[in-house]
Amino acid sequence: MQKTVQYNVEKVRQDFPILQRIINGKPFIYLDNAATAQKPRQVIETLDRFYKEYNANIHRGIYKVSEEATAAHEEARAKVARFINARSPNEIVFVRGTTEAINLVAHAWGRKNVGLGDNIMLTEMEHHSNIVPWQLLAKEKGASLKYVGITDQGILERYEFQQHLQSGAKLFAVAHSSNVLGTINPVRELIREAHKTGCCVLVDAAQSVPHMPVDVQDLDCDFLAFSGHKMCGPTGIGVLYAKGNLFDEMVPFHGGGEMISEVHPYESSWKPPPYKFEAGTTNIEGAIGLGAAIDYLSNIGLRKIRLHEREITAYAIDKLSRTKGITIYGPSDPQARGGVVSFNLGDVHPHDMATLLDEDGIAVRSGQHCAQPLHERLGIPATTRASFYLYNTEDEVDRLANSLERVRGIFKL
Amino acid sequence: MSSIYSEIILDYYRNPRNKGKLDRAQIRAKDTNPLCGDVIEIQMELDGDSKVKDIRFNGMGCAISQASASMLTELVKGKSLDEARKISKEDILSLIGGQLSAVRLKCALLSLKVMKTGLYNYIGSLENAKEELSSL
Repeated sequence: MQKTVQYNVEKVRQDFPILQRIINGKPFIYLDNAATAQKPRQVIETLDRFYKEYNANIHRGIYKVSEEATAAHEEARAKVARFINARSPNEIVFVRGTTEAINLVAHAWGRKNVGLGDNIMLTEMEHHSNIVPWQLLAKEKGASLKYVGITDQGILERYEFQQHLQSGAKLFAVAHSSNVLGTINPVRELIREAHKTGCCVLVDAAQSVPHMPVDVQDLDCDFLAFSGHKMCGPTGIGVLYAKGNLFDEMVPFHGGGEMISEVHPYESSWKPPPYKFEAGTTNIEGAIGLGAAIDYLSNIGLRKIRLHEREITAYAIDKLSRTKGITIYGPSDPQARGGVVSFNLGDVHPHDMATLLDEDGIAVRSGQHCAQPLHERLGIPATTRASFYLYNTEDEVDRLANSLERVRGIFKL
Repeated sequence: MSSIYSEIILDYYRNPRNKGKLDRAQIRAKDTNPLCGDVIEIQMELDGDSKVKDIRFNGMGCAISQASASMLTELVKGKSLDEARKISKEDILSLIGGQLSAVRLKCALLSLKVMKTGLYNYIGSLENAKEELSSL
């Protein structure tokens, strides 16, 4: 395949100090981006500047520094809204991460809208964070979970989706992109189908928003959740988007300061969204750091990042599939997948694989990647996962491939 | 960098010793390493002098967990319960050889934990051994 240069990857790498590290005598190769992404200098410096220059609590201080912090925090909200093309910053609630965002919907929307005998539709490729909150809700309300199965290639079984819709699912909670298979689900079409039957849709965008342009108006999703730390931002900050006036109709998730309009001994009233869902002192620097990460990614361009990742993924699948004894999971078409390549090699257990690759300075994830039902469906105890981001190079893929040959040698495969 | 994956470890992984089940085991225990998904089950049959007449393990998981379980069974066979109880973390690590990260240490010591859980349960002092077992 003809390599098209999307941007100067070497220059981008210079922005990430951690990529200069030497691990076990070898240059550090970070291929665990689906777990968390590394942080560029621009984000690190933004946090540093916040602490040194305008650390203060927001929304309540009358003094200048607090006003600066409040303005930066709300500017970050506006950046998030523009980044995913929300209609208004009021559709953006800051949370700790994708997990908290989904739990918020399960509590604040689910408890009001899901009842006895109702169905909640999930898929077999969901992360635990998009399964367990629904199990808790279903148990509390006497509702049922319905799973859309997948093909052996890791593509959703569309007729099962249609069947569950026809049987009257109240909510469809689906990963935009799988953290194990890499499958990019056709959420836009699925949402359109779901809305025809009045089914609400939550998109778990933890693996998509960091890697490709995502437009919530184009998707027309009702909820969308993602995490800051997977997109070069700090940990402990994430986003829940809700369409239009959905937040208005929802009950509060956490009660406390900042989310109230008035508090009396026996009753209180709430601020309008998004503040209704941001009780207590929130992760102020996290939000500002996420804003800096959004600036950083936007400057390079999400379309270019997506193209870079698609090329490196295609290169990796081609290169790694030449390793004798390897099994690569997920769709074979790089167009239909994100920058995630999960595999097994002979009888090498993924944990042994990860230890051996670490000896070569290569960081991968091994295990079930918080997707136990998916591994049960695939009939495998675990996988090794290499996941790419904007700073990974073909040279790093080559070194991974060489390292796999070393593993084959050690295990005499 | 020298690898923990020596010929010996791989030989034990591919050709496990004492793998299987016992019909007349007095001691049985099973545990998992939730992080890795390693599973180890150990069964021990005692003779009249309370020595370990036979021992078997069953399980699945990484090479470190499976090889160390195999090695442990060889070490325990023929020992008295008191001798088996005294087998330490260090004994297992010296059998494996090489350095392990904190996470992988759990893989290496899973079988020792299972063996001791079964043993303490059998002699009725599982409660008192909680601290020792949680250190493995």
